[in-house]
Amino acid sequence: MATATTYGARDHARAQEGTRAEAMPVVPASTWPAPPCEAGHLVWAETVAGGGYTHRVLARGTELRLTDLSGDACAHLLLYAADRPWERLNVADTVKVQWNAYLGEGQLLLSDQGRVLASLTADTSGRHDALCGTSTLVRNTRRYGDGAPQSASPAGRELFKLAAAKNGLGPRDLPPSLSFFQGVSIRDDGSLDFTGSAGPGGSVTLRAEQDVTVLIANVPHPVDPRPAYTSTALEVLAWRSAATKPGDPLWEATPEGRRAFLNTVEFLAARGLA
Amino acid sequence: MSTGTSTSATATTTAGTPTTSGSTPPSGPDTTGGTGGTTVVPARAAWSSVIRAGETLTITDLHGNQAVDFLVYDAHDPSVRYSAPDTIQAQGNIFLTAGSVLMSDEHTPLMTVVSDDVGRHDTVGGACSKESNTLRYGHHTWSQHACVDNFLARGARHGLGKRDLVSNINWYMNVPVESDGTLGIVDGLSAPGLALTLRAERDVLVLVSNCPQINNPCNGFEPTAVRMSVGTAA
Repeated sequence: MATATTYGARDHARAQEGTRAEAMPVVPASTWPAPPCEAGHLVWAETVAGGGYTHRVLARGTELRLTDLSGDACAHLLLYAADRPWERLNVADTVKVQWNAYLGEGQLLLSDQGRVLASLTADTSGRHDALCGTSTLVRNTRRYGDGAPQSASPAGRELFKLAAAKNGLGPRDLPPSLSFFQGVSIRDDGSLDFTGSAGPGGSVTLRAEQDVTVLIANVPHPVDPRPAYTSTALEVLAWRSAATKPGDPLWEATPEGRRAFLNTVEFLAARGLA
Repeated sequence: MSTGTSTSATATTTAGTPTTSGSTPPSGPDTTGGTGGTTVVPARAAWSSVIRAGETLTITDLHGNQAVDFLVYDAHDPSVRYSAPDTIQAQGNIFLTAGSVLMSDEHTPLMTVVSDDVGRHDTVGGACSKESNTLRYGHHTWSQHACVDNFLARGARHGLGKRDLVSNINWYMNVPVESDGTLGIVDGLSAPGLALTLRAERDVLVLVSNCPQINNPCNGFEPTAVRMSVGTAA
């Protein structure tokens, strides 16, 4: 197609509509081929490339399912209260308050304000990490030769900076993050044991318990020992559902979690939001 | 156990902010260390100082079993600050002791632990806050003192706000992780007079909350004083 004129360039650009790539958002999400919910309820359907990132604001009550399609995704995650980013994921509180260093079904992702940002309602992977955070430009440059976002081996922190910037946030707004699908366990002496992936198809489902801004970087786990930058596609699907209610087993599971849910609903009720 | 009421605020300035003293708890007397200074930080109080590259900071647990909540920033660019995850990555271990390098969120060294009488310090548990205390113990704890308030009040003097607070070190705090992931703050391993020394790898700003927690064993349920000594570069 001739692109020497404005008309030709316009036609060339417009002719791309409908092109499918392995990693892309599907818009509208309702056209996703196999929705895990009522078709009209899907609000986000995307495949994130290895070394890629994405971000979205989700309403309270939305379910977010992350799937490791090929077995080498690692979903690094940060959460913020959507309209108040100074309330954000607190990894230390998340592990300390719940008396557990490992992420899995039933865990709550706590904010720094004694409230729940999201809960983990399902997990078929079991290989996650709340301690090692993500990768950096310095470390990726040392390990893979580069860590810049446009390089072949982007660092998670560099991608988080971009995702944060697109939500009006800066590097100071990036606390320690969580990662899903590449596990680490702790030996008695405190040393790390990288357990890697559970294989293709593992998924986790998060339920937004407030309106949340979600930042996701899909990059290798920072202590992945493999010399090659190994990162494969991550599927992201979100659909309308309902926030956790009193009487739900998740609400009642622990006294710490019950108080976190109570704090959350009290706070939202005062604002007329729950 | 002593309640550690002694104080000796040194008449120095920190990062261009004036020293004040004599305020009352909850934050305790505002003690500010400085180059070459030695300061006793009372129970529940906050402390901060710029430590120049090559200088050392020695923290002494005067009465034993006191948790010392600790954050460190690049003194010239506080957006570069302590990162628990990068520190854990760098040494492949969640416990800190002699030889541990405290890494920034850009994976660059901030300080190095050059000596340690205790052998294990915590990177995982973070700070107590009034908010997290309502989850950990109950809503009746809301009016109690907490480290995050110390960090916020003290950090504000240096232009730091809530977005600058990240998972911190707890010197002297013992947080083991069981094989099933169960984690908890248990009795400390420290004893009266045990100390650790850090060397600044660049000019750093240190923020300390001498933990006021009264609900867990991190300080034997009774906050006590600690001593901060800044040594000149070798």
